[in-house]
Amino acid sequence: MTQTNDKLVIAGREFDSRLMVGTGKYADFQQMVRAIEVSGAQIITVAVRRVNISDRSKESLLDHIDLKKYTLLPNTAGCYTAEDAIRTCRLAREAGLSDFVKLEVLGDEKTLYPNNEELLKAAKVLLAEGFTVLPYTSDDPIICKKLEDMGCAAVMPLGAPIGSGLGIRNPYNIQIILESVKVPVIVDAGVGTASDAAIAMELGCHGVLMNTAIAGAKDPVAMAEAMNCAVRAGRLAYLAGRIPRKLYASASSPLAGLIG
Amino acid sequence: MNITTNGEAVSIDPLNVQEYLLSLGIDPRRVAVELNLEILPKAQYETTDLKEGDTLEIVQFVGGGSLPASLPKAG
Repeated sequence: MTQTNDKLVIAGREFDSRLMVGTGKYADFQQMVRAIEVSGAQIITVAVRRVNISDRSKESLLDHIDLKKYTLLPNTAGCYTAEDAIRTCRLAREAGLSDFVKLEVLGDEKTLYPNNEELLKAAKVLLAEGFTVLPYTSDDPIICKKLEDMGCAAVMPLGAPIGSGLGIRNPYNIQIILESVKVPVIVDAGVGTASDAAIAMELGCHGVLMNTAIAGAKDPVAMAEAMNCAVRAGRLAYLAGRIPRKLYASASSPLAGLIG
Repeated sequence: MNITTNGEAVSIDPLNVQEYLLSLGIDPRRVAVELNLEILPKAQYETTDLKEGDTLEIVQFVGGGSLPASLPKAG
């Protein structure tokens, strides 16, 4: 139960940190690099976009990220069809030479909720092509079980809509998912502040993925540190085993030897 | 010769993909290329000559978490 041998294992790869962070929405690369460093994260998500061919003056993300230190997890953010997501994953593999992908197929722009029908379609094709698929999904135990049965390396249910900061809206569903699947369960999206991350970990989740909660904070670097602490604290509390909830008090000082 | 790169019509001298990327100031190791909707493996950049009417998509990794953003569209 010590921290030292408690690793997150995804598709046979071990990670010390259970916090995964995104690289979007930062004020500049310096702030992003500092926040990622302080977060302790080892897996960082990146998006795949067209190179601007008319203006090559802008710096590239990879100029700022030490690829020996971090595992890149390309995502398919912004994809609304299985076809687009599959295409993005193939390009990501060619650009990064890794099979790890965060598969995300969105349903609509207002909720950014997953389109699970398209998600399952895309996962099937990508798994057949040898990708290690980490799917972003709704907090639905049945879909999560289906994704595991297909061969996904983890399942990533949302805590609340992307960027909403509403926290873990349905801890009971997350608990059912944890009981239903054997692959790591990583809460992806919805975290607003440190306690949300701690709650996910206390439930027994294997990791938490976030972007906006850190990058959108007034002080992203300080929030990155808070999230680092919260994920570790939540994990330790889960491993330590919390006391049962009881309606009435239970004295913590001995009753014997009271004066009077 | 005319080709389409990332949705823009461009006129170029005959080149292979590797030469074209370098002419744009792009580090070929940092990008992925789709030629006429098929992924072009990096090992084939130097042996693939661009032809009239080719459509190229050149993509790279950018900052992102779970964000909505515009996609490279097919074609």
